[in-house]
Amino acid sequence: MIRVISPGFLTSIQDLGRKGFANIGVPISGAMDHYSMKLANNILHNNENEAVLEITFGHCKFVFEKETYICISGADFSAEINKMPIVLNTVIKIFKDDVLSFGRHKFGVRSYISVLGGFQTDVVLNSKSFYQGVTNFSIVKKGDLLPFNAPQDSLEPTYTAVKQNANHFNSKIIDCYKGPEYNLLSHFQKKRLEETIFTIAKANNRMAYQLNETIENNLKSMLTSAVLSGTVQLTPSGQLIVLMRDCQVTGGYPRVLQLENNAINMLSQKTTNDTVKFNVIDLN
Amino acid sequence: MNYDLQYKQYGNQALLIEWPEKINEAILNDILSFKNKIESEQAIKIEDLIIGYNSLTIIYNNSVLNFQEEIARLKATYIKLDLRLDKKTKTWLIPVCYDEEFGIDLKQISHDKNRPIEEIIDVHSKTIYTIYFIGFLPGFLYLGVLNRKIHSNRKNTPSLTVSKGSVGIGGSQTGIYPSESAGGWNIIGKTPISFFDVSKQEPCFAKSGDKIHFFSITKKEYYFLEESIKNGLYELKCIEND
Repeated sequence: MIRVISPGFLTSIQDLGRKGFANIGVPISGAMDHYSMKLANNILHNNENEAVLEITFGHCKFVFEKETYICISGADFSAEINKMPIVLNTVIKIFKDDVLSFGRHKFGVRSYISVLGGFQTDVVLNSKSFYQGVTNFSIVKKGDLLPFNAPQDSLEPTYTAVKQNANHFNSKIIDCYKGPEYNLLSHFQKKRLEETIFTIAKANNRMAYQLNETIENNLKSMLTSAVLSGTVQLTPSGQLIVLMRDCQVTGGYPRVLQLENNAINMLSQKTTNDTVKFNVIDLN
Repeated sequence: MNYDLQYKQYGNQALLIEWPEKINEAILNDILSFKNKIESEQAIKIEDLIIGYNSLTIIYNNSVLNFQEEIARLKATYIKLDLRLDKKTKTWLIPVCYDEEFGIDLKQISHDKNRPIEEIIDVHSKTIYTIYFIGFLPGFLYLGVLNRKIHSNRKNTPSLTVSKGSVGIGGSQTGIYPSESAGGWNIIGKTPISFFDVSKQEPCFAKSGDKIHFFSITKKEYYFLEESIKNGLYELKCIEND
């Protein structure tokens, strides 16, 4: 078990999500940054879909109640075990009563802690990803006990860290495809969409990221249709909303862009006041 | 088979198929037939299918390498489509208590529409609604078609909490809140029936193409049913349609 001393701003259990239940309105959810989450699992030779802890903005503290191996990937918040710095993207041997804490922010927004064999929380509709109204819990709270299995065999320590792509955290360029309603935009609107440097608004969370800069919009509303994570919607007020992993399955605003899969991962390592620029990939 | 469909690439892992921009049952049935056919022919490579009023979105397991080829394959499937719906639909009988204790906005609608509360309840519960699709919240049904007489604009300021089971009217739509949530619809009643329950084999009993028939119950009956449901003693009633 891991005992939660301090859960930080927002910590939840996530795997790659709850796929195949859109017909009853259930969002996919899952880790915001699949790239970092999979890296954390791969380094421990876990199955890619094993449940991990997703930590938003560090500031958390955990105690391990039994030994295991862990790996931390994604955002760097100067993680320490018993106040000794540890290296991201390596296999870390954990002993009973070890304390893991996060400190000063270096880069990124979301960190992932994988544990050997994955966290053993409840599976609901084929997934362990927390989502309010679907799983019993929607966030990790102080005092929670997060179960994992005792290791069956020992893992070789890694002496060098797996190098993560720095571009993943630094690049402002968000690759995307034209969305289903892109062609309804005027030449001017398309130009604004592709040339503006957009700022991430304060309203950004697991469901959606709003952007501050607006685009004058006169598109008529459409009949409710599917939306996906990575869909960029243009609202009647001209605001752009990028849907993220916890988004609903349907929506009624024009879908002007669709983020490329890894661009969703990159965006989820950004937060309020960070800037992005859309790079539209033309497939034809 | 008689519609002119639009096929649009939606990212590199999904394809959107669109019917004429209308809400009607003929389109819904055509979408459902096409969906069933695609599911039976290509299940292995599909992660999910999402129905909208006039659309079907196919989400693939992997990126689609050649969209033109995929669209050609789908067009060929659509041409061969058998018009009759191959799956039987059901009409679900849903008890609703329209007492003013639950229907907190009935008075306001009655005032705005200049119609007695009894008439609003009568109009709402006499219509048989078609379930177009499920979205917005787990177990939230998009229903058609609400009688024009009782259309009422959404509230200017949404309520922070609308309780689970609340039945409401939002503009030209009616629906049931499957869980507690914020919401701007006018609440006219409450049902003790659960539209989303993960402890059940089928978390949501209703499906696209099924129908909903509300029937009015008293407050006493509401509390009795609520208790029976809690104890697992109530079986939801439905009629099989041919």
